Amino acid sequence: MKIDDWLKTNTFHHSTFWDLQQLVAEKEKQGLKISLCIPTLNEEKTIGKEIVIFRSELMTRYPLVDELAVIDSGSKDRTLEVASTFGADTYYSGDILPEEGFKRGKGENLWKAIHQLEGDIIVYVDADITNIHPRFVTGLVAPLIYQPETKYVKAFYDRPLAFSQGIRPSGGGRVTEILTRPLFSLFFPELTALMQPLSGEYAVRREVLEEIAFPVGYGVEISHLIDVYTRWGLYAFAQTDLDKRVHRNQATRDLGKMAFGILQAFLNRAQQLDMVDVKVELAKILRQFQVNEGLIEQQEFNIVEEERPPMITIPAYREKFGRELSSQ
Amino acid sequence: MSEPGNLESLMDAVKRSQDILLANLVMMSETPAPTFEEEQRVRFLLDRFREAGLDHISDDEMNNGVGLIPGPEGSPTLAIVAHLDTHFAKKEAHALSLGSDRVRGIGIADNSLGAAVLASIPQLLEEAGIEPKMNLLLLGVSRSLGKGNLGGLRFWLENSRHKIDQAICIEGAPLGRLNFTSLAMMRGEIRVEMPDEYDFSRFGVHGAIYYLNDVINRILEIPRPSRPRTSVVFGSIEGGNSFNELARSAALRFEVRSESDDIADGILDRIREITEEVKARSGVPVQLEEVAHRGHGGLEYGHPLVQQCRDVMRGLGIEPQIGPSMSELAALISEKIPAVTLGISHGHQINTLEETVELAPIFRGVAQILGVIQRIEAKGTEA
Repeated sequence: MKIDDWLKTNTFHHSTFWDLQQLVAEKEKQGLKISLCIPTLNEEKTIGKEIVIFRSELMTRYPLVDELAVIDSGSKDRTLEVASTFGADTYYSGDILPEEGFKRGKGENLWKAIHQLEGDIIVYVDADITNIHPRFVTGLVAPLIYQPETKYVKAFYDRPLAFSQGIRPSGGGRVTEILTRPLFSLFFPELTALMQPLSGEYAVRREVLEEIAFPVGYGVEISHLIDVYTRWGLYAFAQTDLDKRVHRNQATRDLGKMAFGILQAFLNRAQQLDMVDVKVELAKILRQFQVNEGLIEQQEFNIVEEERPPMITIPAYREKFGRELSSQ
Repeated sequence: MSEPGNLESLMDAVKRSQDILLANLVMMSETPAPTFEEEQRVRFLLDRFREAGLDHISDDEMNNGVGLIPGPEGSPTLAIVAHLDTHFAKKEAHALSLGSDRVRGIGIADNSLGAAVLASIPQLLEEAGIEPKMNLLLLGVSRSLGKGNLGGLRFWLENSRHKIDQAICIEGAPLGRLNFTSLAMMRGEIRVEMPDEYDFSRFGVHGAIYYLNDVINRILEIPRPSRPRTSVVFGSIEGGNSFNELARSAALRFEVRSESDDIADGILDRIREITEEVKARSGVPVQLEEVAHRGHGGLEYGHPLVQQCRDVMRGLGIEPQIGPSMSELAALISEKIPAVTLGISHGHQINTLEETVELAPIFRGVAQILGVIQRIEAKGTEA
């Protein structure tokens, strides 16, 4: 059974990679450069801590990370000021590749990072983690350093959700269990082996990042997985258990929006791969309802999963990195 | 050695070490360490000592953690001490929030910041180019607060074969504190527990709060001299469950402080008599438990260690706030070890869920510790 074999060889626990000296030595031996990207939008409460921890532990003590950048979608709070205070390189997404315009969304920041950052490996870590720890980077980078055939490493967690009364010991991943894993079970059974396909923490080789398209919204993670899988197969992936991740709990209504975006991105991919034939034009409006003073009100959300093309197709990128368009 | 120019260069070294210092603060703060349960925090501290290549790294059955930066053979030993425990239970959310000008998290001022500075000392010395000319013993102590009653440090002082010649205790706040005397102090808990068979249905009977209130009123009547300065602090009170039910239990936690051992002892004796009297008159169990006891003592204002601290503080623009302390200093003083306590930054809402410290003063506060170490090494502290 391929999934079982893959789980044995390509699923790790972060503690496997406790020896940072060895990890740095191996990275230096291979001449790799590693960039860490934190995409942000109004994250002033948690961004400072992430930067301090990553800089101290992974740049000053152990030079594993060569570049630490915050790429922001236009925060209204002091996210960039705080990030800059503690020594991160800070960028407004709209200032990167300005000729390509600006689209609002996390995927946009991740895509722009490929052009802005220099690393052979880019690690993406969300900014809303309250129990930040170096393992959020080391656990993701290590399989790429030790296994040349691995291209894309995903995080998974035993995820508690932060509540006002403290921490609830289990839960999380609702969209994964209700939407993503059932979809994968139907269309891409091998991808069900990824414990948390929607987690926002992953490390990827540049050669892969530049070849895949980036939905700018909620669909970026699921699209990545399908694209990497169809092109390089299951063994391009690895996943690492990073233990607990404490973060803000999202309201079910917000998860509805997320699921709507993911479903759009999935159906796009499934159509491109001739796996489904959608005979109608899909609506872009999500409808939710609320009761206001006894009356049921309709709320409409326009959620369009726009997509950025593979970075390799952007001339300014090819010029900066001396790349050629691949034949595929 | 501690000319203003040199002290400014220490400040610069601390600023260059900002990442290390703040990362240690984050990780220390987010490692819960309620008194008697400091094992995770001491493990973190010892990992830091190991990474820095310290000698004689060890812990003990009380969860004290120690590492040594050795000086030349036969040199005296200066201990840098910080208590590792906090007032907060493990179940509380220990996540810390780091803003551009302040940092918020439970236990951060008391004493995660002090413990983080202790963990950072090896890198700070290296960055400042200070090569120790005496043994520097870095000691994270357990069981300091509340019922811990300085148990960790007392145990270490009684059992360690490593003699300490002098010590600097680090507290997170406030910056400017310069403690070199210890007050006589006794802490106690008075508990009134109504017996199970007590008939609450009779009209006009009293509950536990009534009897505890009687005890409190009598304590307030105990005369307290203005010299030597003496006070009784009522720190916490609890009892009962609702508006209309007589309380089955009530408890008062208090502290007696005095510049005189005899007066503090006398007040505690009087409180003991009061509880006995209320118990005898009412027939209700009233119990006094003594949970902590420290003696009065300390250094003279003109002691070289105190003088050196004052010089360094003034050189850094820190106005010394002189006053007694009841922290680790007391245990060191009782062993006749010259010691001072210094603070690192300004704290706010200390020991609440909104505990905060200011970031900018931390650099000055840490430079002060390095400056004092440098001064002691250069001048010695022979009284």
